[in-house]
Amino acid sequence: MEFLVASAIGVMTAGGLYLVLRLRTFPVIMGMSLLTYAVNVFLFASGRLTIGAPPILTDAERYTDPLPQALVLTAIVISFGMTAVVVMIALGAYLGADDDHVDDPAPAKDGSEGAS
Amino acid sequence: MSLFLIVALPFLGALLPGIMNSAGRSACAGVTFTVTLAALVGLLTNLPAVLAGDVVTAGVDWLPMLGMNFNLMLDGLGFFFAALILGIGLLIITYGRFYLSRDDNMGEFFTYLLLFQGAMVGIVMSDNILLLLVFWELTSLSSFLLIGYWKHLPEGREGARMALTVTGMGGLAMIGGMLILGQIVGSYDLSVILQNREIIQDSPLYLPALILILLGCFTKSAQFPFHFWLPHAMAAPTPVSAYLHSATMVKAGIFLMARMWPVLSGTPEWFVIVTTAGLITMVLGAVIALFKHDLKALLAFSTVSHLGLITMLLGTGTAFGAMAAVFHILNHATFKAALFMSAGIIDHETHTRDIRKLGGLRHLMPITFVMATLAALSMAGIPYLNGFLSKEMMLEEASHTVLFNTGWLVPALAVIGSLFSAAYCFRLISHTFLGAKRDDYPAHPHDPPFGMWAPPALLVVLVVVIGVAPFLVQDFVFLVARAVIGGVAPLDVHYIKIWHGLTPALYMSIAAVGGGLLVLASFRPLLRVWDAAPRPEAKVIFEAVIAGAVALARWVIHGLHNGAFTRYAAIMAVTVLALGYHGWRTGTVGPATRSMQTAGAIEIAGWAMLVAATLGLVFLHRNRLLSLILIAIVGLMVSVGFVVFSAPDLAMTQLTVEVVTIILLLLALNFLPNRTPIESTVLRRMRDVAVALGGGITAALMSWHFLLRDTVAPSISEFHLANSYKGGGGTNVVNVILVDFRGFDTFGEIIVLGIAALLIYALTETLLDGPVRARLLNRKPDQPRAGDMHPMMMVVLTRVIMPVVLMVGFYIFLRGHNEPGGGFIAGLVVSIAVVMQYMASGFSWTAARQRYPYHGIIGAGVLVAGLTGIGSWFVGKPFLTSDYTYVRIPPFHEFELATAALFDLGVFLAVVGAVMLSLESFSRLARRAHVPDTEHAMDIDPSRDPADPANPKLEGGL
Repeated sequence: MEFLVASAIGVMTAGGLYLVLRLRTFPVIMGMSLLTYAVNVFLFASGRLTIGAPPILTDAERYTDPLPQALVLTAIVISFGMTAVVVMIALGAYLGADDDHVDDPAPAKDGSEGAS
Repeated sequence: MSLFLIVALPFLGALLPGIMNSAGRSACAGVTFTVTLAALVGLLTNLPAVLAGDVVTAGVDWLPMLGMNFNLMLDGLGFFFAALILGIGLLIITYGRFYLSRDDNMGEFFTYLLLFQGAMVGIVMSDNILLLLVFWELTSLSSFLLIGYWKHLPEGREGARMALTVTGMGGLAMIGGMLILGQIVGSYDLSVILQNREIIQDSPLYLPALILILLGCFTKSAQFPFHFWLPHAMAAPTPVSAYLHSATMVKAGIFLMARMWPVLSGTPEWFVIVTTAGLITMVLGAVIALFKHDLKALLAFSTVSHLGLITMLLGTGTAFGAMAAVFHILNHATFKAALFMSAGIIDHETHTRDIRKLGGLRHLMPITFVMATLAALSMAGIPYLNGFLSKEMMLEEASHTVLFNTGWLVPALAVIGSLFSAAYCFRLISHTFLGAKRDDYPAHPHDPPFGMWAPPALLVVLVVVIGVAPFLVQDFVFLVARAVIGGVAPLDVHYIKIWHGLTPALYMSIAAVGGGLLVLASFRPLLRVWDAAPRPEAKVIFEAVIAGAVALARWVIHGLHNGAFTRYAAIMAVTVLALGYHGWRTGTVGPATRSMQTAGAIEIAGWAMLVAATLGLVFLHRNRLLSLILIAIVGLMVSVGFVVFSAPDLAMTQLTVEVVTIILLLLALNFLPNRTPIESTVLRRMRDVAVALGGGITAALMSWHFLLRDTVAPSISEFHLANSYKGGGGTNVVNVILVDFRGFDTFGEIIVLGIAALLIYALTETLLDGPVRARLLNRKPDQPRAGDMHPMMMVVLTRVIMPVVLMVGFYIFLRGHNEPGGGFIAGLVVSIAVVMQYMASGFSWTAARQRYPYHGIIGAGVLVAGLTGIGSWFVGKPFLTSDYTYVRIPPFHEFELATAALFDLGVFLAVVGAVMLSLESFSRLARRAHVPDTEHAMDIDPSRDPADPANPKLEGGL
C-alpha cells in the first residue's frame, strides 16, 4: 500500500514537472494541477496511511491523524482559487496578445531558449 | 524637559514648515526657529543635572524581546553634542532664511532640516545601540534629501546618491558591528555596554565588531579611504554644508567613536586603525584643500582634514587625547561653520566661489572679511583664537605618540598636516580678500543683510572669546571629556592655557605656521606641479565600482530571470532537488518502524488507473480536451484514495473541487487553441524529462521513506483528537480543527479565496473594457456549435434536481461538525447546483434570477466569520473562541448549537461566492463572444411556438 502511494506521488510529480516545463500556458496549468495533487497527497501521507479509521470520534480504538487532513482540505480549496487565477491570467494574455507562450520572446542573441 | 520631548520636538516640528509654507518665508523660518529654540531650552533645563555629573535617563520598552528599547540618556557628551546641534541649528535656520532665494521651496527645506536635526539629537541621546542605529540611518536619509535639495542640479543629485551610498554602506557594516557588540555583552543598552570593557576586549569577536563599527564611523565622518563623498556633498545649499558637513552629521562618526571610547579604545588594534586613518586623512585632506579653487571644496577638504585630526586624537587612546578631541570638536564647529557661512555669503553676493575669480574683497565686504579672516586664522592655529589651543594640544599629544615603532612618524605627519592647514587658511584669506580690487566680479559684491552675517559673526565672537579666555569653557570641556573617558583613565589636566612655555608643541606650531606662509609664497609653482602630477580621482573610481556592481547584478539577474518562465521553473526544480540531496547526504535515516500494509485488487486497480491517466496526460497533452478528461481521472482516483485512507472529508472536497475545476478549465479552453503544437527540440525535451524524473523519483523515495517510519517527535494530533469533543463539541475532528482549533487559519483562507475571486472578476472587467472586447465579439468559434445548446431534458433535470442538491448541501453543512461535511464541502456542492443552472438554462436566464451579487456573498461570508470571532471578545475571550450548547426543541431530537457553526456558515458563504464569482467571470467572457444570449431557457421549448421565426436556434454560451 505504501509503495502504491509513494509511487503515485512520484509519477504525479514527474508528470507535473514535465508539463510545467512546457512552452504553452495550457500544459503548464495542467502540470500545476498535477503537482497540486502530488503535493496534497504528499502532505496527506505525512499523517501515515490508516485504513478504516476516519477521524470521526466514535467508540473506536484508533483514529487516523486528523491534522494533515485539515491542512490538505484547505489546500484543495485554495488550489482551486489559484488555478482559477492562473487560468484567468493565461486567458487574458492569450486574448490580449494572441499568443499562449509562457516565455517572453527571447532576445535575438539568446534565440535557443524561447524559440525552441 | 523630558528627553523624549527634546528628541520628538524636531520630528513633530517637521510637519510645520510645510504647512506654514504659504504663510511666507519668514513665518516658515520662524516656526522652524521656534521649534529648535524650544528643544534647546528643553535641553538647557537638564543642564544643572548634567553639570552635577548626573546622567539623565528616560525610557520605555519598545521591542523588549529584541533588546530594542526606546531608552534615552543625557550625560556630558550627549549634552555637548545636542547643544551643538540645536545651537548651531538656530544660527543655520536664521542664515538659511536669507540665503535661500524666492524660487526655493522653503517649507521643504526646513522640513528636511528638522528631520535631520531630530535624527541627530536622537543619535546623541540614545542609550540603546539599536535605537541609535535607527537614528543613524535617519541622518543618512535626511542628509540625502538635503544634499539633493536642488533637484535641478545634476551635481546635487549625484552628490546625494554618493553620500547615501557610502554612508549607507557604512551604516550597514555598523549594524553588524553593533549586533556583535550586543551579543558579546548580552545587552543592547549603552549604559550596560560601557560597563563591560574587559568582556568586550577579551572577546574573540572584538576585532570584527571594532572593524565593522569603525567602518560606520569612518564613512560617516569621511575618513580615508571614504573621504571622497564629503566634497561632492558640497553641491548642497550652503546652510546644509555648514550644518551637516562641518558641525553636525560628519561629527556623528566622531561622536560614536567618543561614545564607545571607554570600551573600544586602548587596544593596539584600535590605536593602529584609528590613528593611522586619522593621520592619513588629516594630511591628505590638508594637501588637497590647498589646491582647490572652489571655496566650498577647499573648506570641505579642510573639514576632512580636521575630522582626521580629531579621529587621530581619539585613536591615541589617552585621556589627554580624548580631552583634546572634545575641545577641538567644539572649536572646529565654531570656526568652520562660520567659514562655511562666509563662503556662502561670498557666493551669494559675487555669484562665484572660484578663488581665482576673487580677490580684493576686503574693500567691498568688510564685515565678511573680518569674520572670515578671524575664523580662518583660528583654523590656521594663530594664538588668541580657539583653534590655536586645540591644535597645540594635538601637537602635544602627537609628540608623545609612537606609531609603528617610529618615534618621529606621528609628530612629523602632524606638523605636515598643520603646515598645509595653515597654508590653505592663508590662501583663503589672501586670494579672496587681499590684493587689488578687481572689476570683473560676476556680480557687484557687498556685505549681506544683517540676518545673514549675524549668525557667523556670533560664532566668530565665540572663536575669539574662547581663544582669549579658555578658562570660560575649560570646566565644561573637562566635564565632557570625563563623560568620554568614562573613568577608564585619569584626566590629569586641570587648566587649558594659552602659554605652556617652550614646549615641543610650540616649536611644531611655529614650524607649521612659518611653513604655511612659505608654501603660500611659492603657491604658483606648487600648483603647476600639482596639476601635472597624476592622481587618482575618487569620483571616477567610485563610479567605476558602482558600474561594476550594476553590471554584475545585471549579469546575474538577467542570467536567471530572462523572462522565460520555463527557465525559472527548471532552475527552481533543480535547486530544490539539490537542496533535498544535500539534506539526504547530511541527514540520517533510521530503520523502518512500520510494516507495509497489503493492497487489495481494488487499490491496485485505482493505482493503475491513476498512473495510466498521468502517463497518458503527459504523452497526449497536446490534445487539450483529452488531457482535461485524463486529469479528471487523476483527480477522481485521488479522491478514491482519500476514501480508502480514512479521509472522507477530503474525498468529498476533492470530488466537488474537481467538478468546478473541470468546468472552469472547459470554459477557458473554449478560447484557447485546442491543440498544443510541437515546439521544443528533442534535446530540450530530454532535459525536461531528466528534471521531471529527478523530481518524481525524489518525491517517491521521500514518501516511501517516511511512510515506513513513525514520526520523530510525537504529533500534536493527539491533542486535537482528545479535545475535539470536550473542547469543540464536535466529533468530526477535521471539521473542528478547521472551524475551531485552527479557525484563524481558516478565516485567513476564506479571505484569500475571496481575494482570488475578486482578482478574477477584476481581470475580466479589464479584459472586457480593453481591446480584447472587440476581438471577442468578432471571434469565430473554431468548432461548430451544438445545435441544441440548452436541451430541454437537461433544463428540466437541473431544475428538478436543484432543490435536492440544495437540500444535500444543507444537510452536509449541518452534519459537518459531527460527521464528514462542513462549510467548505457544502459550499462547493451548492455552487455546483447553481452552475448547473447556468449550464443548462444559459447565462441570461440564470443571471436574471440570481438575486444577490456574488461579491456580496463573499463579503457576507467573511463578515459572518469575522463577527463570530469578534463575538467572543464580548465575553472576555480571545478572538474566535468557540462555545456550544445543546438545545432540545420538542419534538426534535436534542441537537447542538455551536458558535463554530456560525463560523462555518461564513466559510460556506465565502466558498459559494468565490467559486461562483470565478465561474461567472469566465462565462461573461464567453457570453460576449457570441451573438446575444437568448432570454429563453430552452432552445426548443414545446410551450413556445416552434415555428416562431423570431426565435431561431440562437447560439448562447454558458
